[in-house]
Amino acid sequence: MSFRNLITFVFLVICLCTVQILLLKNVALFGVAFCFIYLLAILSFPINIRSFSLILISFGIGLLIDVFYDTLGLNAAAATLLAFLRPYWLKAISPNGGYDDSNNPTLREMGIGWYISYSLPLVFAFSLMFFTADQWGTGGLFGVLNKSLFSSIFTVILAIIVQLLFFKRRRGI
Amino acid sequence: MLRILQFLYSLRSFLLFVLLEVLAISLIVSNNSPQGAAFFNSSNAVTGSILKTRSDVVDFFSLAEDNEALLSQNALLLEQLKTINAIPDSVTLELDSAFEAQYTFRGARIISNSLRFSQNHITLNKGSKDGVKPGMGVFNEQGVVGRVQSVSDNYSVAFSLLNTEMRISSKLKSNGSFGSINWDGKDSKKTKLLYVPRHVKASPGDTIVTNGFSAVFPEGIMVGTIESVDQSSDPNSLDIVVNLSVDFSKVHYVYLVENSRLAEIDSLQKQSEIENEF
Repeated sequence: MSFRNLITFVFLVICLCTVQILLLKNVALFGVAFCFIYLLAILSFPINIRSFSLILISFGIGLLIDVFYDTLGLNAAAATLLAFLRPYWLKAISPNGGYDDSNNPTLREMGIGWYISYSLPLVFAFSLMFFTADQWGTGGLFGVLNKSLFSSIFTVILAIIVQLLFFKRRRGI
Repeated sequence: MLRILQFLYSLRSFLLFVLLEVLAISLIVSNNSPQGAAFFNSSNAVTGSILKTRSDVVDFFSLAEDNEALLSQNALLLEQLKTINAIPDSVTLELDSAFEAQYTFRGARIISNSLRFSQNHITLNKGSKDGVKPGMGVFNEQGVVGRVQSVSDNYSVAFSLLNTEMRISSKLKSNGSFGSINWDGKDSKKTKLLYVPRHVKASPGDTIVTNGFSAVFPEGIMVGTIESVDQSSDPNSLDIVVNLSVDFSKVHYVYLVENSRLAEIDSLQKQSEIENEF
């Protein structure tokens, strides 16, 4: 990762976390669709990033969100799961001929069909972990599934919109 | 030996994943225990100041509403003051310990609030410098809001009433039979009153207030009104759904109440080995 890319990603993480903390805390469409836009940062790291560092970074970001939300551990646990699953899922859905070295898993580079099949299951896994941990012993399975499904759809839609608006072609932000 | 190390090295990301998950889950557990003092939360100085700046901006838009609420509270208090103020006559009343104030009140502003999770917390802009202590009750003019969990120098974090771990000892205002308010994690406008025996007459519209058993809240602070009473699930107690009187999406200013005899009551109960779950 070049220095320029590094700065870009630090900036991206800071921006998304700020938005998540200050604006999206109590946003829940119809009481079920939460938005975890900061996952866009974890999803946008380069394809060839080492799994080890990705897991560490995700844990850190999740913990940061948790400290502001007073949900200590929830986001961290779920984001770590997402980071752990990401390389396997990337391998599973790799296009014919594999990825280019310079590929970033973003909407502009990979196209909308690929992006949805990439992000939706990962965000769903995140939400499932998040709401299972959150409602442990209180809510039923249906509530958890319901919230996870709609939250992941809402998050992916918002992530696509953010990328269309703010991501330049071939340049990160 | 080298083989084992190589094997472990090839599994390093999985091992890191497991380690961090265990760490995160232990954090979740320690943060949600009602008595556990959580240090690593939004009451620390940096997060607190960021959240305060945010609420400085956002609260501006609800000033008119807040003023109105304060005004109506003031009017109510003035009215009560009038009835209490003794008219001077020839008899003087010696004040004794029965009239000593048991509760002290403080004001605070909410700088961060959540209502969408099943364990919701509130961050307040007053901390140990202002005399806030863990265990103090939090309420506003509409009713009960929560209880202080942990305190830093300038900020404090409280359990919201919308927290499945939180219980508040309450009673029916009409006939005094008591139960325990416990949120079920579903709707932020409704909660449940548990352990009210089946023979008690409760009907929709009845008022629920705190009963003062828990020594956190004084007696008679509003909690809500009964929405429905059911006899289905539990053979011993009624299934009571309560409409909360506080609109948690709009709380901005709250009062903190401290019971100056809390320590005495606590030690007495410990001495006689009573578990007070509230």
